[in-house]
Amino acid sequence: MVITNMTMQAMPMMQIVGQVKMLDDFFTRALIAGAGVALVAGPLGCFIVWRRLAYFGDTLSHAALLGVALAFLFEVNITLAVFGVSICVSLALLLLQKRATLSSDALLGLLAHSALAIGLVALAFMTWVRVDLMGFLFGDILAVTVSDIAVIWAGGALVLFILVIIWRSLFAATVNVELAQAEGMRPERANIIFMLLMAAVIAISMKIVGVLLITALLIIPTAAARRYATGPEQMAVLAAIIGVIGVIFGLFGSLEWDTPAGPSIVVAALGLFVLSMIPIPFLHSYNRQSNKSVNAKSRV
Amino acid sequence: MLQKNDSLISLDNAGIFRDHNWLVRGVSMTVEPGEIVTLIGPNGSGKSTTAKMALGVLNPTEGVARRRDGLKIGYVPQKLSIDWTLPLTVNRFMRLTNQVSQNEADDAMAATQTLHLKKSEVRTLSGGEFQRVLLARAIARKPDLLVLDEPVQGVDFNGEIALYDLIKNIRDDIRCGILLISHDLHVVMAATDRVLCLNGHVCCSGTPTAVTSSDAYKSLFGARAASGLAIYEHSHDHEHLPDGRVKHADGSITDHCHPGDGHHEHDHASHANDANSGAS
Repeated sequence: MVITNMTMQAMPMMQIVGQVKMLDDFFTRALIAGAGVALVAGPLGCFIVWRRLAYFGDTLSHAALLGVALAFLFEVNITLAVFGVSICVSLALLLLQKRATLSSDALLGLLAHSALAIGLVALAFMTWVRVDLMGFLFGDILAVTVSDIAVIWAGGALVLFILVIIWRSLFAATVNVELAQAEGMRPERANIIFMLLMAAVIAISMKIVGVLLITALLIIPTAAARRYATGPEQMAVLAAIIGVIGVIFGLFGSLEWDTPAGPSIVVAALGLFVLSMIPIPFLHSYNRQSNKSVNAKSRV
Repeated sequence: MLQKNDSLISLDNAGIFRDHNWLVRGVSMTVEPGEIVTLIGPNGSGKSTTAKMALGVLNPTEGVARRRDGLKIGYVPQKLSIDWTLPLTVNRFMRLTNQVSQNEADDAMAATQTLHLKKSEVRTLSGGEFQRVLLARAIARKPDLLVLDEPVQGVDFNGEIALYDLIKNIRDDIRCGILLISHDLHVVMAATDRVLCLNGHVCCSGTPTAVTSSDAYKSLFGARAASGLAIYEHSHDHEHLPDGRVKHADGSITDHCHPGDGHHEHDHASHANDANSGAS
């Protein structure tokens, strides 16, 4: 799909009309939207996995439902409202951690489920709003519009661009905060930007897989990529690719067997993860080789 | 003030207050280019805290911590664990905080005898190997100041001597200042220019005595080891009691001990303006 977009300019007018018409097909739109989300979720998911933030991702995505409720209440754009609520929850977590009498996971659980509950209660109060709750919980990728695709690809490109800029300092802070700070990497700034990126990704991917499954899209392709990655950058790229493959398989599977699209994508990603667990002789010999060089220690 | 601008880092009467306690207080020290300063002290005496103040990781609650403008620091932390989910080779680790050329990385790894580990994953290294890789990473970026937090922990005696030799060579090669933290209260690196003994404050400071001058030490450590090590003789004018209070040379007992509190014989004229804050 990317290729067709890029070569579009070189095409005669008639063909362009044909290409745009292709977006009329709901299934094509779903593929493009899903691939866009997967490309961003992979690299960001790496940091979620490395920093052990899976539960944090869950918290933000559960809080997204509160954003949906607020969007209906104040009649604002849903994506923006979800983004705003995610940022507020991140900041609340930072503040609570500083003066904490509770552990981080308890705080996360508290924030996640109270935000989810408040969102549900608020929606119930708004009797004038008819909301398809299932659509938000499990996503509605087959209903994405062309403007949704624009938001996903533009927002996703921005997120990836910023991630590339802060990559070195964010990665250094992931390895060791004090080392990063001592060597002038400004880890706190990188951490705050990372939280904003997380909030943005959750806002744009909510429609694809739903609030209950966003974390899966962040961590399952990453987990599958870990096995084959030889470095952090390779792992990020691999995770993005595996995510896109998961989206393609998941969507075709859902079309074939008439299963819900969001969960099908997650199941397909899980399948790829299971595949990555199967031992491959070549990889083993590579590991053994590096172990051998470890054993050849010099005397110090 | 003028000569202070040349110092890589300087602490002036700096202290950190956390959870109703002074972790460390009234520390004044500098590290000059090409100088090796060793911080020693018992566990929990505030050595790492002092180093973190100097690095800018912690902001002093009182006093001042200054770093020279544009100071490039290489830091070897006391503890660093790499999560198993992180695919990280030694070669990539060299570039953790800034871009270094492959030649520079290779040189640093060769200097620390870790070149053969270049393609190994960091988490598969042994303790001693990892320590040297950490050092290689810190020197690969050609720092003005190298801060080493207990680099010889978990390294055997011969390893300790070799590491001290290596640190001395690094200083001679890239002319950086070195701040070294050691838990060993009496034996320090021979190339050390200055020793600061900490125990919540600076208990005493001075220069170490070369071991090589004594035949007894030579036979105890071995000739090669003796050339790398030195003995530090403490000259405390007070004693730390088990309950945390301090007994001074004049027989009085106080809760804390600070320069300028009137119990120390040596002159602290430079701290005269801080004398009030010191009498807690």
